Parts: sequence; structure tokens; C-alpha cells
Amino acid sequence: MSLLEIRNLRIEFDTAKGPFRALDGVDYTVDAGEVLAIVGESGSGKSVAMLATMGLLPDSATITADKMDFEGKDLRTLSTRARRKVIGKDISMIFQEPIASLNPCFTVGFQLGETLKTHTSLRGRQVKDRVIELLTSVGIPDPEGRIDAFPHQMSGGQCQRVMIAMAIACAPKLLIADEPTTALDVTIQKQILDLLVQLQQDSGMGLIMITHDMGVVAETADRVIVQYKGRKMEEADVLSLFESPQNPYTQALLSALPENATGNRLPTVSDFAEAGGF
Amino acid sequence: MPDDVILKVRDLYRTYEISGGMFKKGSTLTAVKGVSFDVKRGSTLAVVGESGCGKSTLARMLTMIDAQSSGSIEIDGLSMDIAKTGISKEMRQKVQIVFQNPYGSLNPRQKIGHVLEEPLLLNTDMPAAERRDLALQMLEKVGLQPEHYGRYPHMFSGGQRQRVAIARAIMLQPKLLVLDEPVSALDLSVQAQILNLLADLQDEMGLTYVFISHDLSVVRYLADKVMVMYFGEVVEYGTRDEVFENPRHDYTKTLFAATPRADAESIRKRLAAKVA
Repeated sequence: MSLLEIRNLRIEFDTAKGPFRALDGVDYTVDAGEVLAIVGESGSGKSVAMLATMGLLPDSATITADKMDFEGKDLRTLSTRARRKVIGKDISMIFQEPIASLNPCFTVGFQLGETLKTHTSLRGRQVKDRVIELLTSVGIPDPEGRIDAFPHQMSGGQCQRVMIAMAIACAPKLLIADEPTTALDVTIQKQILDLLVQLQQDSGMGLIMITHDMGVVAETADRVIVQYKGRKMEEADVLSLFESPQNPYTQALLSALPENATGNRLPTVSDFAEAGGF
Repeated sequence: MPDDVILKVRDLYRTYEISGGMFKKGSTLTAVKGVSFDVKRGSTLAVVGESGCGKSTLARMLTMIDAQSSGSIEIDGLSMDIAKTGISKEMRQKVQIVFQNPYGSLNPRQKIGHVLEEPLLLNTDMPAAERRDLALQMLEKVGLQPEHYGRYPHMFSGGQRQRVAIARAIMLQPKLLVLDEPVSALDLSVQAQILNLLADLQDEMGLTYVFISHDLSVVRYLADKVMVMYFGEVVEYGTRDEVFENPRHDYTKTLFAATPRADAESIRKRLAAKVA
């Protein structure tokens, strides 16, 4: 049984001009211990699919799916209360802007502790110990001293480490990372990606990486889903995707990478659009 | 042309005073420490470094947004020291800048036509009809349509806005264009379009670029020379091939090692390491 299995997911938003379909019948499956990358440009529906899974979309969104199972539990019919038990504990998510994702008014130690108090039976001293343990595991130097630090006293990379610590606090079975390194420097990106992959391998959780960066895909993924305008273009394991992309859009995307440039001009996706007909 | 060096920077410093509080003493932060380089006419210099290394401060000084603390900047034979001499219209016409975020760098209440005409309005005494013609020509040159003239920035996508920002920057026919991370906010396919546009404009107008970026694959694609900055200092400076093939400074090596590789060979290696 897959960890997460979604069949034929459709998401529509009500707008003044009528419904807008952000996602049009896409399937997702993730197994435990697997790294799935979802790649696409802005507007491809890559984030919206995972936000729907987490139940984080606003009321203006209409979500339909033939199947939406997490460990055999149907996420569609779960009550809000039951859903709260799954979300944040068994499935957790980290976002693109680490500094904006943390509350500036509370210390990072408090915010981490809050997650633990909500989802576990740890209290008092135990919470503090676990927070220090978590901060150590994500590589924050001097964790005892840093639990009293506010987010603005930390760098972007450190805030992202805190976010990761918060996401893995309850040993989730599935971690969704939505562009976790886009706002960070290359050297820090490398550290964060290494950390995520390390944690994933140690704990055997499933990891979904949402990204637009082919480099990040190549460095982390086992399997890749390529999306464009709310549709799935291609699904393949990472090596075959890069070696022999089948879909014209994937081919276009890979040849638009500056490192694959031959000659003076970069091919753009629109060059392929006419030939490929997507 | 006797001297084809268009930008000459010597021993450039920029310091910022950090004011102290009631219990804290003020201190001095040196953002750029003694930077020197030359850029040849029609070539591209890429400036690489992480956030806080002083690359944007350098861009601000080159484009006269900030004055240097000491040192000299010479653009096309014209010495720039705005703290002493102020800014003349002549200086404005030599150098222009394109910023990273095309959503933040255009005034939401200004029509695209006005965005493009404003540099002419401020720096030349061209009549209105001529300005309009030039703006329309420029729209076409950067791959937009004449009907975009009367539209507002919110009606455009990120890539189109960046085209507008580039069009605005070249309205005055500058010699030097400073591009501060012009493609990092854009999608991969749009990035390719903008890079192609920049290459076309360089050929057509003989522009010189100072291209600030943290993306090494983009730098490798378009730079003639590469300068790596680290904590306000230049740690590596050379032609693209010298720097990429034989990086000397530790920081440059770290940077290369950290850049994700998107080729099948590296993926195979990673997967093999994972199984083991």
C-alpha cells in the first residue's frame, strides 16, 4: 500500500470570471522511504495539489478526487478534528519563505514546543529536552542558547533549519517541502538539501519536493512528476527523465537549462510548444 | 577605438556607519573593500557571490544610487564621484540598471508608456511625440506589442515585466547596463527568453553588461569575465574559462561544489551512493 495515494485530483477556484481550473485530473502516489519531486513553472499547479492534500486551501477552492488516501485513511471524509491529528503529525510541510513562516513574536524554542505540546504527550522539561535534541539534529550550533532566539536573530538558512526541525518534530511519515531552498544561497541550499535527504534516509519517511529547479530535482529525487498548466506531462524515475525525457515539454525544460546550451541561443519552451503541441 | 575599456574601477570602498543605541557603541561596516577591475566595451562581466558579499552595493555605486566612500569609478572616460560632483544628465545616460524583482521595480500606477518615457522626460528635452515613437519602437525591440503602451504593470506576467524593465533601462541608449539578478525571480523557460533577449540587445547596441548573479549555470552561459566576491572582497577574477576550469580560492571551490548538477552522470553517481 502506498503512503499517499491520490487519483484524478481536480481543483477549481471561483473567480469573478467563473471557475478557474488549477489542476486537472492528476494522480500522485508516494511510498514510504521514497523521494518524489514535483516540477513545474509557476501556475503549473504543483503547490496547489499539496496544499489540497494538507487541507490548506481557502473555501473558494473546490477539490474533487476519485481517491485521496493517506495510509488507507480517506482524507476527503475525515472530520476537521480527525484531520488535525494527521496534519502536522503524520504529514507535515515546509514552505519557501522560512523567515515569513515563523511567527516573529515568539522564540523559536516556544514555536517548536507548541508543535510538541499539540501532538505529543511531552510536557515541561521533556519538551525543552526534545526541542534541543531537534535543533541539534538539524545542525543548529549552540542549540541550548538558540532556543531563546527570535526568528529575526537568525539567518534565512537557520530559520529554514528551524522549520525543518518543526516539521520532523513528531516523526512524520510524509514530509512535503514546497520550494524549500528557493530563497537561499547556493551554498546554504546544498546544506539544506543534504539535511533533508539525510533525515529522509534515516527515518524512512516519504518526501515530496516541490520545485521549479531541475538542479534540485537531480540532486534529491527518486521519481519525478513534471507538470504544466495543471496537467501531468510526464512521470518517470529521475535517471530516465534526465537521460531520455519522453514528453516534449520535459525536453524543452531540460534544454532551456543554461548548462545544456549549445551555440549562442537558449531554446525556449515556446520553441517546442508548436512542434510538441502542448 | 583607442581605449576599449569602458568601465574602470580602482580601489573602491564603501563603508556604512551603524549608529549605536543607548548601551551600544556605533560601528562601521565595510561592504565593499578595495575592489578594482576593468570591463571591455561590449563584453559581460559577471559578479558572483552570496547574499551579503557586497555585490549589490557594488551595483548601487556603479549606477550612482550610492556614493563610494573612496576609490574611483570611470565609465566611458567620465569620472563618477557623486558625493563631490553630484549627478549630471550626461552621467545618467552612460549607465542604467535592471533590478531583480520585476514586481517591485515598476510603479503600479504608471502606464508602461510612461515608464518608458520617463527617463527621456527627465534627461533630455525631446518633444512628446518623439518620446512616444521611441517608446513604441523600444516595446517592439524587447518583444512586446505596441498595444502594451497604455497598460499597467499588473496586467503583465513576470517575464513581460522584466522586458519592460529592460526596455526602460535602454531608453537612454546607455553604454553600460548593470543587471542585478535579472532572471532569478523568473521561471526556467522565461529565464531562457530573457537571456536570449539580453544577448540580442548586446549584439545590436554594443552594450556592456555587469551581470550580478548567484546562479553559476547562468554565469557560465553568458559571461566573458567572472569576478567572485566574498565578504566585500574580490577573491577570484579572470576569464570565464579560467575561473570555471581552475578555481583558486576556497570559496569559489565551495560554490562550485554546492551548485546542483543536472546531468545523468551525477544522478547515477548519487543513486549508486544511496544504495551503498
